[in-house]
Amino acid sequence: MPEITQWKSDIASRHKDVVSIIKYGKTYENRTIDLLKIGFPGINKTIIWMDCGIHAREWISPAFCQYFIKTILESYKTDPRMELLMKNMDFYVTPVLNVDGYMFTWINQTTRLWRKNRTPGPCGCTGTDLNRNFYSNWGTVGVSFDCCSLTYPGRAPVSEPEARALTQFVETISDRVLAFLTIHSYGQLLLIPYGHPEVIAPNQDELMEVGVAAAEAMEKVHGMKYKAGTSPTILYEFSGSSRDWARLQGVPYCFTFELRDDGTHGFELPQEQIRPACEEAYSGAMHIINHAHDKVFNNKAPAATGALWGTLLVAMVTKWLL
Amino acid sequence: METGELNPNHYPVRRAANAVQHYINTQYGSPFKVFMVEKVHSGYAEDINNTGRKYQLEISVQEMLGNSTHKCSAEVLFPKGDGSPEVNVSCEELETLNTTKDDEAFYEKLKTSQNMLMAQYLPDSHGHIEPDMKPLRHLGIVASSFIMLKESTEQTLYNMAQVGNVTQLATETDELKFDYFILLHDMVSQEIIRWKLQISWSPLEGVKVQQMEKMPHCHECKKTPNTD
Repeated sequence: MPEITQWKSDIASRHKDVVSIIKYGKTYENRTIDLLKIGFPGINKTIIWMDCGIHAREWISPAFCQYFIKTILESYKTDPRMELLMKNMDFYVTPVLNVDGYMFTWINQTTRLWRKNRTPGPCGCTGTDLNRNFYSNWGTVGVSFDCCSLTYPGRAPVSEPEARALTQFVETISDRVLAFLTIHSYGQLLLIPYGHPEVIAPNQDELMEVGVAAAEAMEKVHGMKYKAGTSPTILYEFSGSSRDWARLQGVPYCFTFELRDDGTHGFELPQEQIRPACEEAYSGAMHIINHAHDKVFNNKAPAATGALWGTLLVAMVTKWLL
Repeated sequence: METGELNPNHYPVRRAANAVQHYINTQYGSPFKVFMVEKVHSGYAEDINNTGRKYQLEISVQEMLGNSTHKCSAEVLFPKGDGSPEVNVSCEELETLNTTKDDEAFYEKLKTSQNMLMAQYLPDSHGHIEPDMKPLRHLGIVASSFIMLKESTEQTLYNMAQVGNVTQLATETDELKFDYFILLHDMVSQEIIRWKLQISWSPLEGVKVQQMEKMPHCHECKKTPNTD
């Protein structure tokens, strides 16, 4: 974590013109939760949200957020497409949401497979599963109320400081958020809302189409197969996820990425697979981002009016999609 | 749960296929032979009176080290209530996959060595395994497969997360003997389940489990149990 913190600070100072750090909360153990905001200056811009490290042991996830940030910063000066995305939108990327949990997994080999946050529970065990704690059909399916369980959803919806930080911050910007991507591992899946089997997103067909196409794009990079679908069909049903909450807020394009691998190494992905895993995930993420962007922006519009029109279009599209 | 023709991308067949994978590993796995489901082609489920649900699957499995792919037809019967699934499977060219030279060489090396092999955390936190230790990890996966098969239900999806530690034991028989402490991951509950087991292996006899013991749920494990 110290390396990631230092890296965020380095990135922000090396790219002052397009990067700023926004602190938006504190963890249970009082550590800062922050994101990098990346984009050309502008007001009321459309936002692409990405969060990593909700589950502590999924180390490839924060690595991907870092890779994503690095790659867009390396390409926007030479790639006109990326330049356009940065003009029209801001990327809000949180490299590690569950800072306490992530740091816990680095203590030694015995702590490596920790998943939850580090809030003491009411029954003698520590930790809440943050991805069951959001206010989206909270506590209904895919949870266990045994506080020792790894899918303990907390004592109440958004009881956890990490979930609260994300919720409160995204609430203030949700009308501008076009895509909400939350990064996990493992399983090689692209999951669309909702985790509850009886709740259907109004734009599910489109999300499936985009998800399937993103999975195909990912396979083209290194041949790894990814499957797209709703959680209850291809994985399991569960409630209280950040992705579901975002969709309920009206964010149109919400996806959970489950990155490498397929179970061979699971959470302990070998070092030599980090880069290829990030490269294919980048391809999938960009497919979704490009699709979302093109739906609401006219590519040829100049930046300033483009942003304004873009915002209006997003608001209209969002209302229509709801 | 659904019956009839099932979507091969959906989780019910995936979980049934997982049980088949474990079964194949118990029968054919070795330090140099480990199988994973590569693809589920089709699946069909039916309720069997009141005794359980039977899945019929067409899948492909891949032998990870030699990179061979085998088409398989399998039947998995998950009993109603408690109990392990019954698996029947037939795969192309699986019978003809001979014991590899690597298996034999590994066996000889350990049989003739004065030192008992020991290792912990395979892979380590960074996914790293020393090349010498990889066969022990593979053997761990095969050993785990006996447990994962036994514990598989329609509500589980098991993988071996890690070999916590492994100790070779002295033995007077032809088989090599090992004590394993392993960590399994169940994707559905997300739990890490810890087991100790003692196995024997030889290229001729394959892997056999002597003892197995489930360890209590560890909330804040500071120590890994010793395998002695």
